[in-house]
Amino acid sequence: MLNFFKKIKKDNEIIEKEDKKGLYQRLKDGLARTRDNFTAKIDDILSLGRKVDDELFEELEEILILADVGVSTTEKIIDNLKEKAKEQKVKDAEKIKELLAEEIYDIMEAKETSLKITPPTLILIVGVNGVGKTTTIGKLANKFKREGKRVLLVAADTFRAAAIDQLDVWAGRNNCEIIRHEEGSDPASVLFDGIKAAKSRNVDVILCDTAGRLHNKKNLMEELKKIYRVAQREFNEGNIETFLVLDATTGQNAIQQAKIFKEATDVTGIILTKLDGTAKGGIVISIKSELDIPVRFIGVGEGIDDFQEFDSEKFVKALFE
Amino acid sequence: MAFESLTGKLQDIFKKLRGKGKLSEKDVKEAMKEVKIALLEADVNFKVVKEFINNVTEKSLGQEVMESLTPAQHVIKIVNDELTALMGSKESKINFSDKPPTVIMMVGLQGSGKTTTSGKLANYLKSKGKSPVLVACDIYRPAAIKQLQVVGSSINVPVFSMGDKTSPVDIAKTSIDFAKNNNYNVVIIDTAGRLHVDEELMDELKNIKDAVNPDEILLVVDAMTGQDVVNVAESFNEKLDIDGVILTKLDGDTRGGAALSVKAVTHKPIKFIASGEKFTDIEVFHPDRMASRILGMGDVLSLIEKAQAQIDEKKALELQKKILEQQFSFDDFLEQLQGLKNMGPIDQLFSMIPGVNMSKLKGINVSDKDIKRIEAIIQSMTKEERQNPSIINGSRKKRIAAGSGTSIQQVNSLLKQFEQTKKMMKQFTDMGKNMKIGKRKMPFFK
Repeated sequence: MLNFFKKIKKDNEIIEKEDKKGLYQRLKDGLARTRDNFTAKIDDILSLGRKVDDELFEELEEILILADVGVSTTEKIIDNLKEKAKEQKVKDAEKIKELLAEEIYDIMEAKETSLKITPPTLILIVGVNGVGKTTTIGKLANKFKREGKRVLLVAADTFRAAAIDQLDVWAGRNNCEIIRHEEGSDPASVLFDGIKAAKSRNVDVILCDTAGRLHNKKNLMEELKKIYRVAQREFNEGNIETFLVLDATTGQNAIQQAKIFKEATDVTGIILTKLDGTAKGGIVISIKSELDIPVRFIGVGEGIDDFQEFDSEKFVKALFE
Repeated sequence: MAFESLTGKLQDIFKKLRGKGKLSEKDVKEAMKEVKIALLEADVNFKVVKEFINNVTEKSLGQEVMESLTPAQHVIKIVNDELTALMGSKESKINFSDKPPTVIMMVGLQGSGKTTTSGKLANYLKSKGKSPVLVACDIYRPAAIKQLQVVGSSINVPVFSMGDKTSPVDIAKTSIDFAKNNNYNVVIIDTAGRLHVDEELMDELKNIKDAVNPDEILLVVDAMTGQDVVNVAESFNEKLDIDGVILTKLDGDTRGGAALSVKAVTHKPIKFIASGEKFTDIEVFHPDRMASRILGMGDVLSLIEKAQAQIDEKKALELQKKILEQQFSFDDFLEQLQGLKNMGPIDQLFSMIPGVNMSKLKGINVSDKDIKRIEAIIQSMTKEERQNPSIINGSRKKRIAAGSGTSIQQVNSLLKQFEQTKKMMKQFTDMGKNMKIGKRKMPFFK
């Protein structure tokens, strides 16, 4: 398994890395650390033929909070768990684990519909600085190319130094088209040109990169709204998806990010990156529970194949196996 | 600014506590439970919170506190002291080598802001009279070298690069010779972002360390990181024995619990904090000031320092006189606005003023655009109007609005804001005076 986590040094290798393992296996491996940390502790607590008492619930509460699930969602989960345990007169601590998995699964699955990308689709990628937006676009582009779709990248991060070049490298690797302007130009106009080009070239999926912005910067959020308005106006015949990219290591602030980005651009899904560290990604549960934004993709490694469509069943299963 | 909502929560909790004359054990435990939740919601690590709460509770329940006439204030003081202790009590400086060049190595997870922060640090050191060189050791991420080069050229600091085909260890080694031969006295090595569990890449960092023997290894940490920050900091520290931490993206609305946790688990100081999009947005971290900022006691010292950097002393004295005599006019206001713009984002400045609870200041969300509008309105006023705003009547307002391309409502709101600012500035100056003669009144202890 360690081998799996080894950094792939050459760009080509990332692309050429074969799909040796099944999706489920890879997801499981990627989540191994999460699981090890998370369930190992739960097992510790639940194994020794323990009694179901307040102390037990308190310890479970701790674990959820350490996984970044957040105080309010944790309390909600634990309250439900207590109620269920009482209802079903659970005396066995082992059974509590099952109920906990069920509880989290229920939150993740609530009102869930699966993602369908029907061409033409415009995907706007938004998020705060450093979460991995550009890399995510590279991986998404690869996925859609493999599905035989015609992909166009739009370099609307005109702010960060060399962001356009970074996207350009990904366009080259995935052999897809890219629309770019000068650094410092108006991002909305780059998207405008991108949509025009996509229409005349019959592109299936437009992937629009945007500059990282902290959600509390009013003027930057206004700029993002403008980009979104251009998308709505110029692409009204196609589907528009807005994906918020979140770093799995982010704490409770992620909720605030999701809230404000949703207000600005009607976020339709979340892409959770960097889940291959020791971060537990529990914030996803919080976001789903509080804002009802589904997680669409997760990144569990550096390789291009370590980018997966999110599946709550597999996610919870892998977490508790 | 970071911390504001933690500040708001703590202030509310303490307000409740202060409302009580005598404290029972139950009162203290109740309050501590709320403090615990506030800290957890601020992403302070669970274990750190637990220890903190235990310490404070134990001390608060001591005889001396419970029997004092003002037990609530005692408890608050204990929280303050413990919080300061948690963050370390003195600021720590960069270790400069006796034999130049001083080598600084920047490490961290992907996306924590190493490249941008390297630029900011170089810019900072340059302003302190050093001549730094940036070294591009991120050979993995596409266009990372280009990014550093763009950063370097915008702050006029040279960038040493050997492309992405040479190993980072060799690049780092060669860069030292380059610095020696070209008389650069600080070398800032920008390494690639990596996960702390990626053994191979962590080994690479170790190899760079062994090869160049850096004077400073600085871990760059995103202030928005959650509970996991402890694992990250511990791993990097174990592998590299870091010298300090730079906390980034503090201009978000994160509650910044990471700042508290990192110090507690690694016992390594936070040396700098970075916030903002400009290359000047980096400052030395003062733990005591930060603790008082978190507790809502403001950070007057930083504010004064910021002001000093922008305003010359004579002018400042003049201004202070004007404020005290309530003669502060729109002309001065305009001048202040220009100065303020140079001091940094306004909401950050507000957060340094004692007693200002940012979460209750949501209305005053000033962006640079708003400042431009304000400038236009003031510039559409006559000289007389600027000196004496009270003469501005309905028809004058109409004219000002037309002249500045704004509406009467906007003119009205500026006039109102101006009055508020005037009051606030007076408050602020009074406080500054008290402080000078050693009578710093903490609004917190009112």
